[in-house]
Amino acid sequence: MTVTEITLTINDITVTVPQGATVLEAAHQAGVFIPTFCHDPELTKFGACRMCVVEIAGIRNLPASCVTVATEGMVVHADSPAVQEARKTVLELMLANHPLDCLTCGKSGDCRLQDYAYLYGVKTGSFEGERHCYPLEDDNPFIVRDMNKCILCGRCVRACAEIQGNSIVEFTNRGFNAKITPAMDVSLAASDCVFCGNCVAVCPVGALQEKRLRRAARTWEVRKVKTTCPYCGTGCSFDLNVKDNKVVGVTSCDGDVNGRALCVKGRFGYGFIHHPDRLTTPLIKKNGIFVKATWDEAIGLVAQKLGQVKAQYGSDALAVLSSARCTNEENYLLQKFTRAVLGTNSIDHCARL
Amino acid sequence: MTNSIAEIAGADFILAIGTNTTEAHPIISLKAKKAQRNGATLVVVDPRRTELAELANVHLQLKSGSDIALLNALAHVIIAEELWNNDFVAGRTEDFEAFKAIVAKYTPELAEQITGISAETIREVARGYARAQKATILYTMGITQHICGTHNVLAVANLAMLCGQIGKESSGVNPLRGQNNVQGSCDMGALPSVFTGYQAVTAYDQRAKFAKAWHVAELPARPGLTVGEMMDKAGTDELKGMYIMGENPVLSDPDSNHVVHALEKLDFLVVQDIFLTETAALADVVLPAASFAEKDGTFSNTERRVQRVRKAIDPVGNARPDWQIICAVSAAMGYPMQYATASDIFDEMALLTPTYAGISYARLEQGDIQWPCPNANHPGTTYLHKDKFLRGLGKFNPVEYIPPAEMPDAGYPLLLSTGRRYFHYHTGTMTQRTGALEVHYGTEYLEINQADAASLGIADGDMAQVSSRRGQVKIAARISKVVPQGLVFTSFHFPEVAINKLTNPAKDSLSKIPELKVCAVRVEKAS
Amino acid sequence: MGHLSELHARCTDQYIEKFNRSRVIVGLGTCGIAAGGDKVMAAIQHEAASKNMHIDIDFTSCIGICFREPTVEISLPGFAGVIYGDMTPDKVPYLLESHIINRHPVEEWAVMQISEGSTALYENITKMNDYPFYSKQVRTVTSRLGRTNPESLTDYVATDGYKALEKALSMQQLDIIEEIKKSGLRGRGGGGFPTGMKWGFVYQAVGAKKYVVCNADEGDPGAFMDRSVLEGDPHSVLEGMAICGYAVGADEGYIFVRAEYPLAIKRLQTAIAQAEKYGLLGNNILDTGFNFKIKIKAGAGAFVCGEETALLTSIEGNRGMPRVRPPFPANQGLWGKPTNLNNVETYVNVPFIINRGSDWYTSMGTEESKGSKVFCLTGKINNTGLAEVPMGISLRDIIYSVGGGIQNGKRFKAVQIGGPSGGCIREEDLDLPVDYDSLTAAGAMMGSGGLVVMDETTCMVDVAKFFLSFTQTESCGKCTPCREGTKRMLEILNRLCSGAGRMEDLDTLERLGRVVKNTALCGLGQTCPNPILSTILYYRDEYLAHIQDKRCPAGACSALLVYQIDPDKCKGCSKCAKNCPAGAITGGKKKPYFIDVDKCIKCGACLPGCQFEAIYNDAAPHRNNCRPATRRTA
Repeated sequence: MTVTEITLTINDITVTVPQGATVLEAAHQAGVFIPTFCHDPELTKFGACRMCVVEIAGIRNLPASCVTVATEGMVVHADSPAVQEARKTVLELMLANHPLDCLTCGKSGDCRLQDYAYLYGVKTGSFEGERHCYPLEDDNPFIVRDMNKCILCGRCVRACAEIQGNSIVEFTNRGFNAKITPAMDVSLAASDCVFCGNCVAVCPVGALQEKRLRRAARTWEVRKVKTTCPYCGTGCSFDLNVKDNKVVGVTSCDGDVNGRALCVKGRFGYGFIHHPDRLTTPLIKKNGIFVKATWDEAIGLVAQKLGQVKAQYGSDALAVLSSARCTNEENYLLQKFTRAVLGTNSIDHCARL
Repeated sequence: MTNSIAEIAGADFILAIGTNTTEAHPIISLKAKKAQRNGATLVVVDPRRTELAELANVHLQLKSGSDIALLNALAHVIIAEELWNNDFVAGRTEDFEAFKAIVAKYTPELAEQITGISAETIREVARGYARAQKATILYTMGITQHICGTHNVLAVANLAMLCGQIGKESSGVNPLRGQNNVQGSCDMGALPSVFTGYQAVTAYDQRAKFAKAWHVAELPARPGLTVGEMMDKAGTDELKGMYIMGENPVLSDPDSNHVVHALEKLDFLVVQDIFLTETAALADVVLPAASFAEKDGTFSNTERRVQRVRKAIDPVGNARPDWQIICAVSAAMGYPMQYATASDIFDEMALLTPTYAGISYARLEQGDIQWPCPNANHPGTTYLHKDKFLRGLGKFNPVEYIPPAEMPDAGYPLLLSTGRRYFHYHTGTMTQRTGALEVHYGTEYLEINQADAASLGIADGDMAQVSSRRGQVKIAARISKVVPQGLVFTSFHFPEVAINKLTNPAKDSLSKIPELKVCAVRVEKAS
Repeated sequence: MGHLSELHARCTDQYIEKFNRSRVIVGLGTCGIAAGGDKVMAAIQHEAASKNMHIDIDFTSCIGICFREPTVEISLPGFAGVIYGDMTPDKVPYLLESHIINRHPVEEWAVMQISEGSTALYENITKMNDYPFYSKQVRTVTSRLGRTNPESLTDYVATDGYKALEKALSMQQLDIIEEIKKSGLRGRGGGGFPTGMKWGFVYQAVGAKKYVVCNADEGDPGAFMDRSVLEGDPHSVLEGMAICGYAVGADEGYIFVRAEYPLAIKRLQTAIAQAEKYGLLGNNILDTGFNFKIKIKAGAGAFVCGEETALLTSIEGNRGMPRVRPPFPANQGLWGKPTNLNNVETYVNVPFIINRGSDWYTSMGTEESKGSKVFCLTGKINNTGLAEVPMGISLRDIIYSVGGGIQNGKRFKAVQIGGPSGGCIREEDLDLPVDYDSLTAAGAMMGSGGLVVMDETTCMVDVAKFFLSFTQTESCGKCTPCREGTKRMLEILNRLCSGAGRMEDLDTLERLGRVVKNTALCGLGQTCPNPILSTILYYRDEYLAHIQDKRCPAGACSALLVYQIDPDKCKGCSKCAKNCPAGAITGGKKKPYFIDVDKCIKCGACLPGCQFEAIYNDAAPHRNNCRPATRRTA
């Protein structure tokens, strides 16, 4: 099947895209920025936030570019006065029902609402009137849910259904009182939620936040280091968030295996790194009690004892357990050490367990 | 895995056997769920009604340890109804007739008696698997942790070959590895019989190659001891010294009491770990290691994907990366190992390992690579056995059903199975210390069926005493529909519930994997 | 086939036989029951039994004159049926005795008479065609309403029911679609999309499985066309859907009907069971091999489910929220399958077009809008009820001829057409022909057929507030402009009506209205600002009065009323002060009393008590109009 191409103009820039591409995708290709909240390339198209509206010649109203398919010869204006007015108004409407606590919000600095308000110069206070006052949901150790900050973009709903396949949260109530909740409006902890946090990963504002991470560091303070999860054999990638030489959290990156999806262990199971139980110094057992030792002492003793057994009983009186938790390099070195230095093939690990 | 994780989503028939995927491999389960949402048939074979079983189109709730009877019966139906892939069997395999002869007696009716699954259901599943465009089999320890574990795996492979459901995209035999780098540890030769890339220590040429590269005169030719054998030999004083890096056999191995006893008898034990584990507590010297966040390196995941581990922070305290510790010990023993970086080690390994030969840190910066990757221009391999098997023709290895080593009897009337929980991991060394996971899921429990609990006078939440011939533990009971009558289940994540005190160390004679999925126990209400 | 003609003959015999007996027929539509029709029915049954009368007692649905419910029709063999209005149980004994026993119709209670065939007419009773309510009506879609028993398959088949289906099944699919195209039938749900063209899309859509869906989720305030038709002629909906199913290649249909219409649902269920029993629905319909089943899905009361994509989502078992179009339902509808979705009235038109031909249909209406349209007349109009008029009739004819003009002789102010999505039409536009395009050009829309008539006592700001409060409540909450925008617009309107409006509120309303209209996801959101925008456009002075003068010219916004006492008329009786719950009225004996506007809660309790008519406000203006109302300063 041949892919037909479509040529259109966006802000007077001519761009050619494959048939079926949306105006938003075409704009991206043309280098024209269009703001979005509810759009996520990995999730089904939703068209709800209406931030990405554009003006298209011959089409009444301002269609949402994320769900409008580009057609041949289409003339799109992505920044016309009507578009600007619409986007500003949408932002004002969102801000009119949003706690303006950016000073203390953990998502500050990584919040689309904040970014776009800045971009469009939208001040707060355009509309007085009712604001929601939902209680903060803080009864689990993983996620803080503040529905007052929710802009109802529905990304979490779709992530739960389409990435995690669990559909724990859904829209409930109508109109202004619409809210995203687990069934029967219970807390996540009281639902069947597995706290994978994939909803947190897609939330564009501060409604869903990693509990510990967002209290440990401002978003701009952390350095992100992409690495591989140390738990099961799936090999999920994620970003370690580092502040002051400490791992303060885990966030999704775009992993080759997992995309942004993680499980509860990958996303929230990093606390062991700085746990006080960590071994921080070599220990030598003297009279049944561990005593702190220097590396030289400990290494020397190990070398001496292993050498002694080898000399006295032969290489096959020694055995080594390597680790399915350590790196390839370390496993390679340990088997090299076992075979070349200790002189035995008695090396194994718990592959069978 | 013969296929990649992503390919699971493209299958139209998934046979998940002995895998509690949503809990033990959550992200892989997402692919299976996605396939099902796209219309694939999901068949789950498990004695427990796990979350995945609940989702499944068909749940085959077989009796523990009866997998071969089921798998052979599936093959029986496929042969009897002439649904097998004639071209594949003729062109790509050998010894089909022997296989055919063995499975001939495994009628669905016979299998029904052994497995407890109705003959008609077996027929339906067999037809579904055989007729699927892309059928894939997922399995984990539910298949392997049996005394017939190797045979279970062979039975799975036989079924896949029979239908030609292997060597295709989204279609193959896919064991899901349980630990982040268990694949890599095997690939790296942390096994008693092979060097890196499964090059046999018994082969002279291989030994010579490694000896030359490592600048030693010769390398031992006789395969070494497996972990179980090590414990046995330590118990009998034949083994005098052990070096354990990042393992906790006291909790993870069957019959913990035996393991503790064995390790205590050693003349010298050095343990290198990030925590003072139950095993480290027995050591003469404990060496503090860096965690994954504190070092560079690579892991190889279950789909043979080589992935970078990157140093994010300095090691805590005086801890050091394991590789640096090994180098130091080696140097102290008169064999200096000089590596500036983990990348240097990888390069040395890749030179000696054909399957990794084309991989380097520089390439991994551009993205992960799945081995085999024989040269620097090779893109890596997403699925195996495309045109031929490693050994050439795929060999049918007919296997017979044997019951588990220890079955319930009057003294120990219930069957205990062990496995993992979603919120925890392995021996709990890490997940019990996160400040989050153990807060949410803080105590372990024993899943027990309502009928069993009632007959034992145990109510939900009661403390139960669980005993086997090898030991006993106390644990809270939770009445659950997940387990059928006669089966109890718990995890091995909690040191305070050291369930491996009870499990049976009876091993598969080939792989030496212990039968952790089946042992006979007695459950009583604890006073 | 032969199957249907046999059934038709049998039913016709039974049907004609009824006219050979004395019959009493009670209107038991929801409106009739609400007005007490069931009690009248009980009284008739009791009376007939106790007097041992040999009469048939039957029921029918609402014939359209809701303002005269409960209605009872009495027909004697050979004579026209007489329809009586405003019946009560206590009128029953006299009515039966006079009309049935003495054979004298009670002329003063009679509304009109209807002659079926060659029955004799009474002298002093108005004929239906001469009755002003009906004189400008046509009766196609509504032809069986009030004339047949809606729970009787016999009545339906005898009145040419299922003939069109039989005919259609002998036609080629494309020929049916062509016939519908030629008829010019356009969607009666309000959008006015050409029905034949839509069917053509579904026919062309690729897929073995297709659906036909009937939108019976009538939700506009003041609209009850669909309910009346479903209650009065359920089989015609089924027949229309089955014809559509055959034409587009579907074998399954859904009727999405709001759960607030229990009687309609019950009658549909009855009709479906009857049709299935006689092989008119189900497998192998009329032995042609065509299979078509219809299921009912009761909507849970969300207005937005009248929006087609939300409706489909709801049938699928999900939360009724609109989804983005395209893809349109014709290509990817119910469960992703090609789906034809039409409204009740559209489907009911279909059997008539198939039976009588597109030429007959195009003889009614205008160039672009063919056929008839059913309207519901509500509001400040004399004849509230259901009326079917030919397309192209003027609104003035509908309001003044059919509707009998404005209640209590008040002055007409505006008519809201198209429900909360529509707009107001003023006096000067009343001569516009009723067709899709003229109404749209005038800033309103055809809508599904609700006509809400307003008089001079209606405040247009209050009207806008009413519709906004409806749409705000019914917004599904999916898209930002509708969810948040309707809320803020409503808050501003509330502010205006409470006297706290500011001039910039008008600009804000217009901007919000514009943005919501331009950016909302579905039709509900895109049209919900219409009542605001059209009232600001046409009645800006009323808005200004609310904002600048803190005054509601129509006297409808109670918070803006200023109650005052005319000292010249007040006799100092103190009755008003005693009635005032707020203690706002003070005065001395034999001296004029005074209302403290700051304490006054505008409850109006003082008004009726004043026998000297000394108390006045904007709603009950000062009789002499001798002085301007005192304004509160802003």
